[in-house]
Amino acid sequence: MSKVVFDEAKCKGCSICVHFCPKKVIQMADRINAKGYHPAYLADEGNCISCGICGRMCPDAAIEVFKP
Amino acid sequence: MAERKLFKGNEAVAEAAVRAGCRFFFGYPITPQNEIPEYMSRRLPEVGGVFLQAESEIAAINMVYGAAGAGGRVMTSSSSPGISLKQEGISYIAGAELPCLIVNMVRGGPGLGGIQAAQSDYFQAVKGGGHGDYHCIVYTPSSVQEMVDLTMQAFDVAERYRMPVMILGDAVLGQMMEPVVLPDPRPTDAASAGWATTGARDGRAPRLINSIYLKPDELFQHNLKLQARFEQAKAAEVRYEAVNTDDADVVLVAYGTTSRVCRSAMDRARAAGVRVGLVRPITVSPFPYQAIADVARTARALLTVEMSLGQMVEDVRLAVCGAAPVHFYGTTGGIVPTASAIAEEARKIAMAEVGK
Amino acid sequence: MKQVYAVPKSLQPQATHYCPGCTHGIAHKLVAETIDELGVRDRAIGVAPVGCAVFAYDYFDCDFQQAAHGRAPAVATGIRRVVPDAVVFTYQGDGDLASIGAAEIIHAAMRGERISVIFINNAVYGMTGGQMAPTTLVGQKTTTSPAGRELGHAGSPIRIAEMLATIPGAAYVARVSLSSPANVARAKKAIRKAFDTQLSGAGFSLVECLSTCPTNWGMAPIEAMEWLEKNMIPYYPLGEFRTPEGGASNG
Ligand SMILES: Cc1ncc(C[n+]2csc(CCOP(=O)(O)OP(=O)(O)O)c2C)c(N)n1
Ligand code: SF4
Ligand code: SF4
Ligand code: SF4
Ligand SMILES: [Mg+2]
Repeated sequence: MSKVVFDEAKCKGCSICVHFCPKKVIQMADRINAKGYHPAYLADEGNCISCGICGRMCPDAAIEVFKP
Repeated sequence: MAERKLFKGNEAVAEAAVRAGCRFFFGYPITPQNEIPEYMSRRLPEVGGVFLQAESEIAAINMVYGAAGAGGRVMTSSSSPGISLKQEGISYIAGAELPCLIVNMVRGGPGLGGIQAAQSDYFQAVKGGGHGDYHCIVYTPSSVQEMVDLTMQAFDVAERYRMPVMILGDAVLGQMMEPVVLPDPRPTDAASAGWATTGARDGRAPRLINSIYLKPDELFQHNLKLQARFEQAKAAEVRYEAVNTDDADVVLVAYGTTSRVCRSAMDRARAAGVRVGLVRPITVSPFPYQAIADVARTARALLTVEMSLGQMVEDVRLAVCGAAPVHFYGTTGGIVPTASAIAEEARKIAMAEVGK
Repeated sequence: MKQVYAVPKSLQPQATHYCPGCTHGIAHKLVAETIDELGVRDRAIGVAPVGCAVFAYDYFDCDFQQAAHGRAPAVATGIRRVVPDAVVFTYQGDGDLASIGAAEIIHAAMRGERISVIFINNAVYGMTGGQMAPTTLVGQKTTTSPAGRELGHAGSPIRIAEMLATIPGAAYVARVSLSSPANVARAKKAIRKAFDTQLSGAGFSLVECLSTCPTNWGMAPIEAMEWLEKNMIPYYPLGEFRTPEGGASNG
């Protein structure tokens, strides 16, 4: 299981998670989701520190964060 | 434990509400109904209820909304300018299908008007004073006893149809002292148990009190549902009193205070040989259209008497539908029409009609 | 793996109707987390406003009433008096609370009404298309102040938290911002404190949340958060303006 789980259907592509990730490991996908937004995804799991910031800042409750 | 007591109209309404199980009152002072909140402020704490003086009539009616939505048996009272402010909340209460009692001890308007009795809020009460397609059930008592009886009944009816019920009185009725029989207090049962927002306890699904339906077809359906419920009320709740209508040449139509004066006018006219009858609506919404249509078939003419310049008369004309002439006599601004003036009006109409 | 951040249980699973990056969503999560932490979902009764949050009832997994514009504190008062052990909260925008509902919020505070108010200050009327709000900053352009809010014409923006903090019945009044992880963490603490204040019986509580309206501000979500920090916080200082213990901590 990934450290950061995105509920892609709820993502509105606002990029708030990308901006506030201290490790800059989230990116916006090129493809679009069912709502028509570019969804966020964890591009570099190795460098994710499971700080939870992305989860706490996502306005759409689309992110859950886990720590190994 | 039924009690006989001399009561002022306003206080009788308040005591009857308490005996009907009303436990929450939210209001704002305005003459001529101040005895209702004053009485409630003393009385409700005695029975474990809550009286709260709100910052405005707008706040008061929205407190009623919240309390009714949470399952409380609740009322507010005011007089004309205050009832105008409550219209926003009344519309929301109707839309959200909440039961409550609203008392309007009408005074003369428009604007600040005066503080004496009037019946000039008929349109507002009966035709839906707030926005949207809705109706309240509106009672028009004409004695202190009837204020007691209708107040007791009003809560049951409000809960049965899940709609706001109004008692439309006036300054005279509110201040009048009469002996009344007070019925026994009733238990406060939870008619709202199936829908009130009291917290989603014991695993039940969350509930919502709401009047917004953004999808046109849903709002249409919602309105049809409200309308259907009012149709049921029309079939079951119309009340009126007809006196001496069988042989009457002229039938007076009046409610509340004016119906009392009309009764004296009828007696005077009859004593002078003019056959006058009276139809007194006890509900003006739903309106007793059929009863008035019936008398229009036998009477030569109808005379509507109001303390306004002609509001209920429009419903009388709708009921009569051209079957007989409908005359109007009205005073306003706080002037109560006299029995002699009404009797004279009825005599003139009778003479003219008989002469035809 | 241990869960570091979970979506609060008191939130319904469905997506919201809010615009991308709108901080209404963050405020919703903080309220839901608080309800979860306190274990009061089954006695929570929310009151939704008129404004973008009108459908808040669809997002919280608890009882709700939808109130007329600005009247949420009065509706909450009615609920509070009927259900004494309920946890009652209103969720209101700045047009709703600080303009049309100014009387209702002041008097709920005056009565020390045991309710918690989540007040979303986004400096505009969001739902109706970005018109000037009582909180719109001087010089801020909106659809009804096209040349920017003019002091001599429209007056100065209203500071609700400071104003309500003068009222003895207002036991807890704070202003927070939803514009950064650190500020969101503080916002969470403040909302928790507001609910604690209600549960302890101390009185009325309100948390003013500086929020963004990217759509009507005409900005990208991050740009809007930066604008908020640069322009709103200087005029609307963050901090606790009144606490049940009697303290205040500005800035
Ligand atoms: C009595 C009344 N007046 C006006 C409106 C229209 N209206 C709907 S939302 C709104 C403004 C809401 O703004 P705010 O409270 O700031 O909430 P936001 O959408 O910004 O979150 C207005 C004026 C209404 N619904 N009812
Ligand atoms: S948990 Fe922290 S480090 Fe990992 S993606 Fe989210 S914000 Fe970045
Ligand atoms: S913050 Fe949430 S909604 Fe915004 S891009 Fe990230 S996952 Fe998507
Ligand atoms: S209009 Fe503004 S406040 Fe409303 S949902 Fe969109 S961004 Fe949020
Ligand atoms: Mg706003």
